[in-house]
Amino acid sequence: MQIPYTVEPRPDTGVYNAKLGIWLFLASEVMLFGALFSSYVLLRVGATTWPHGYEHLNIPLATVNTVVLITSSVTMVMSWASLALKNLRKFRVYMGATVGLACVFLVIKGFEYAAKFEHGLYPSESTFMAIYFTLTGLHGLHIIGGIVVNCYLLGPGSKMWKTDPARFTNRVEIAGLYWHFVDLVWIFLFPVLYLL
Amino acid sequence: MSLKAFHLLFVTASAILAFGVGAWGIEAYSSRGEGGTLLLALLSLLFGAGLVVYGVKVRTKLKGLGVQ
Repeated sequence: MQIPYTVEPRPDTGVYNAKLGIWLFLASEVMLFGALFSSYVLLRVGATTWPHGYEHLNIPLATVNTVVLITSSVTMVMSWASLALKNLRKFRVYMGATVGLACVFLVIKGFEYAAKFEHGLYPSESTFMAIYFTLTGLHGLHIIGGIVVNCYLLGPGSKMWKTDPARFTNRVEIAGLYWHFVDLVWIFLFPVLYLL
Repeated sequence: MSLKAFHLLFVTASAILAFGVGAWGIEAYSSRGEGGTLLLALLSLLFGAGLVVYGVKVRTKLKGLGVQ
């Protein structure tokens, strides 16, 4: 049985089904992170004293991580554009770079966490550390999810390129939309947690 | 919204962040006198300018490719 609207847009929504699906999923993600951001704001406003992020967190490492994630978004778009140009080899190079940069982000985050634990800074230390570990930990889990999906598209998933290239290109676009969302969350997290 | 449009939105947000970090670094340097924050500010402002140039170029390039 043929699955409808995997490539061509559905007349009533104006987009193919997977794109509608990912936007509905991202809407639920906005609610998840929105709730946590709201919690952060309420906790901070209600506290008599609140530490500045730059006093406890490593800004140079976080800045490098920000550059790493922005670069990975660029390589993600390049991988999708490579498929639009019918170049699977370039897609593999750019998607591989995206996965590599995501791993670099996690390694740097691991160093940051390790330094915190060495100094005895655990989530139980303070409300600030609790919300820091919750927000960055949840974001890290989303990065791991993105790596899994991108690795699938890079490996076994790319077999679809031979049978249905347009559908495969759309799958990469969907993964790209998710990846951009995860990176956009970091763009909000970085100033809120580290600089303010 | 397509990946192309979302990418342009992301690049815009990233450029705003970079300029914001630049402003934060300059303010931190003037109030606390930390040399490292001034270097961070300069690098962030440069990175932000680079993102603006990239955003303009990638917009034209993706339009040329005909991707939605």
